[in-house]
Amino acid sequence: MIDIPVMRWGKPYESLEKAEVIHFETGEPIASVSQANGGLLARDMKKSDRARQLLREFSIDDLIERAARAADLFENETLPLGNGTQSADEFVTHQSASTGLPEAMCRSNMKKNSFVLRNMGQILDCLTRGLPREILSRGYGVESRDVTVSYQAQASVLGAVLPSNSPGVHTLWLPVIPLQFGLVLKPGSSEPWTAYRVASAFEQVGIPSEAIGLYPGGHDVGATLLTSCRRSMVFGSEKTVNQYAGDPRVQVHGPGFSKIFLGEDCVDRWEEFIDLMVESVYINGGRSCINCSTIFAPRHTVEIAQALAERLGPIEPLPTTDPEAGLAAFTTPGVGAAVWNMVEEDLQAAGVTDCTAEYGERLVDRERYSYLRPVVAHAENPDCAIVSKEFMFPFATVANCPQSEMIKKAGPTLVGTAITEDPDWMDQLTAATNIDRLNIGPIATNRLNWLQPHEGNLIDFLFRSRAYQVALQDTPLS
Amino acid sequence: MSSSTDLETAKQQAQDQLDQHACEMVQRHFHESTGCPFWLQKKQELGFDPLTEVRCYEDLKKFPLFEDEWLRGGPVERWRMKDMSDRPTYVFETGGTTGIPKSRVVVDDFRTDYELFSDTLPDEYFPKGANWLMLGPSGPRRLRLAVEHLAQYRGGICFCIDLDPRWVVKLIKHGWTEQIEAYKNHCIDQAITILTAGHDIQCMFATPKLLDYLCLALEDRGTSLVELGVKGIFSGGTEFTPQWTRYAVEELLGGPASEGGVYMTPTYGNTLMGLACSKPITAEDGYKISYYAPQPRAVTEVVSFDDPGSVVGYGETGRVKLTTLTPEFFVPGFLERDEGERERPFELYPWDGVSGVRPFHQLATSTTVGVY
Repeated sequence: MIDIPVMRWGKPYESLEKAEVIHFETGEPIASVSQANGGLLARDMKKSDRARQLLREFSIDDLIERAARAADLFENETLPLGNGTQSADEFVTHQSASTGLPEAMCRSNMKKNSFVLRNMGQILDCLTRGLPREILSRGYGVESRDVTVSYQAQASVLGAVLPSNSPGVHTLWLPVIPLQFGLVLKPGSSEPWTAYRVASAFEQVGIPSEAIGLYPGGHDVGATLLTSCRRSMVFGSEKTVNQYAGDPRVQVHGPGFSKIFLGEDCVDRWEEFIDLMVESVYINGGRSCINCSTIFAPRHTVEIAQALAERLGPIEPLPTTDPEAGLAAFTTPGVGAAVWNMVEEDLQAAGVTDCTAEYGERLVDRERYSYLRPVVAHAENPDCAIVSKEFMFPFATVANCPQSEMIKKAGPTLVGTAITEDPDWMDQLTAATNIDRLNIGPIATNRLNWLQPHEGNLIDFLFRSRAYQVALQDTPLS
Repeated sequence: MSSSTDLETAKQQAQDQLDQHACEMVQRHFHESTGCPFWLQKKQELGFDPLTEVRCYEDLKKFPLFEDEWLRGGPVERWRMKDMSDRPTYVFETGGTTGIPKSRVVVDDFRTDYELFSDTLPDEYFPKGANWLMLGPSGPRRLRLAVEHLAQYRGGICFCIDLDPRWVVKLIKHGWTEQIEAYKNHCIDQAITILTAGHDIQCMFATPKLLDYLCLALEDRGTSLVELGVKGIFSGGTEFTPQWTRYAVEELLGGPASEGGVYMTPTYGNTLMGLACSKPITAEDGYKISYYAPQPRAVTEVVSFDDPGSVVGYGETGRVKLTTLTPEFFVPGFLERDEGERERPFELYPWDGVSGVRPFHQLATSTTVGVY
């Protein structure tokens, strides 16, 4: 069994308390992970400034080049992990076994992470909108239009409380090291793999291990991380989102409530977009915040829901090793049943039809784990409770809604795909503040263009644009 | 005689003492001239006569399990022993975040318990006459007065802070992290003010969390407990794990006491029982913490999750069951909200102990522990 220590700025620390990462089907232990305590992290945070100092000894360009080399190692090579090593294949096997995600999805997420590492230069260009990198590095500089600009770093490190069930989200914090900020990560209890493997790959390419801290542990570690880091990310439920709403130090990533809007001008061609809708709902086991949970259309909603149900309803859980496996397991006993109870309650409401009912039982309950097969619901109007729901499996509601009400009824939307060519409505969609990432035209909600800033731009979060004046001979007075 | 024979003899003596004490306490609590109204009334429902049918500790199993809900609400006088009703009486409360708190009346118990505990403290690290800081909850709690009495019993004076744990629980439940942080800093500021005011404080009580915060805050100010002259700390709480103890010794307290660090001893207790002491903790033993109740006044057993009348084997896991047998309070078997492993007797405490104490797994998710 792999023994994974706490990493205190690069120094392994074997705790007296360990938590086992177990195989979701067999219950067999895969790894034993040392558990930090909150105080230990709080103490280490006193040394966090050193992480940025060390990284600033490298240029951002140099770190970008090293990140690209780390991408190859992360994706292909055997890397040190705890008291042993882990090959790329083992990474996939381990991640699948502990999270319940099919291996093909783990591999796909792995590629997504390595893509971001490999293309870090372009990613940073997109995040900074082309700002010369040395301005970030030095704190100020002169832009091509001969204007002095200054970006003040708001922290030395970025902290992140990582999830256990969504290995795709790691792309959000990967640019932090090339931006010369240290990382303090609390890996998810059943997904320590990505954080440790990225740290290992970075170390192999000469990035100082003292720039990264890895603190697996309980709730007190997460709470300490969020209070002791001046900038941190947390991934969680709507409750977590509400808890940290308005805290400028914390960027919260919760449910996405991503949606597809079919406009009046395109809805009669709905059959052309069914593949896009299926992909948006089903990809990555329906677990991502960028998976579509609601489809708004002004008519044809029953036909759309039935067509989606016909495609998604028959899907069954397959072994994680099957390349066709598309559903992820709920690895905590009882969770699948609890989620199904919530879904079932919403399905029984007036005006709601369960379109996947005819394709058999949705809950597949095993002793140690469970699956939920895809659910497609139809809602007669956008006010049905189910319209604003999102679950961690392929789930979507097709809601009948006049185009004029869609933006208002949509509520918070991480990714909104609007299938329309109507310039007036496009204008309204562009102005809507409740939609974060906006796709105009038939683009699946999961198809992220990495050259667009992610949810909660990292640059805006880590830096503050401010006034900066240098007294030179010819400095004009305003 | 071999040491194992010595231990066997000591165990037998302890058992004999417990049997005799249990019998005496039952006589006291169920006799019309001395017992409190609660137990005298309860006696009618028992279906047996405690005065004639309890002849040893084992006979206490004839009583139903104690329900701490009985302690909720008034009149509190129903718990006052008849022969102590003219004595000055305290009431101590537990919890109380929602609804009516549970309360326990006390005349002398907290003083007796802490005097017995005092005898276990090494004078080298808890010097007689030294002043104390009580860095823990204030308000209607036994701990606050008990620590003050401990300091006085040892010839010192106890300084206290204001800390309302009920407010902290509310902050946690609301998720008001900023206010939690502010309240924590408020408590630590009070402690640092006292510690740096020239009162020659050498001993402390501190909860693990507050000790952690205090040491970090002192470090921010470029000092430490060792530098401020603190020599000994006693602490308590279920978050007192071997890992936390190791962290405290290695990183907060300046290393093991034998190498110049601050001495720290964990304890386990609550308003219902006295104070269980810890077997000395060492790095060699993996900072394992084993608690031993102050027999015969209180007994802890580790019992089966399914059958609270059955003690688990040594090293096995079970729920902590508490029995309190003092002249003023009788608790015949109460299932604590904690679980742990049964530990063997040893020379210092020749009766069963419990290690690895942690919140009972079936209740853990609904309990807020270590709020201060």
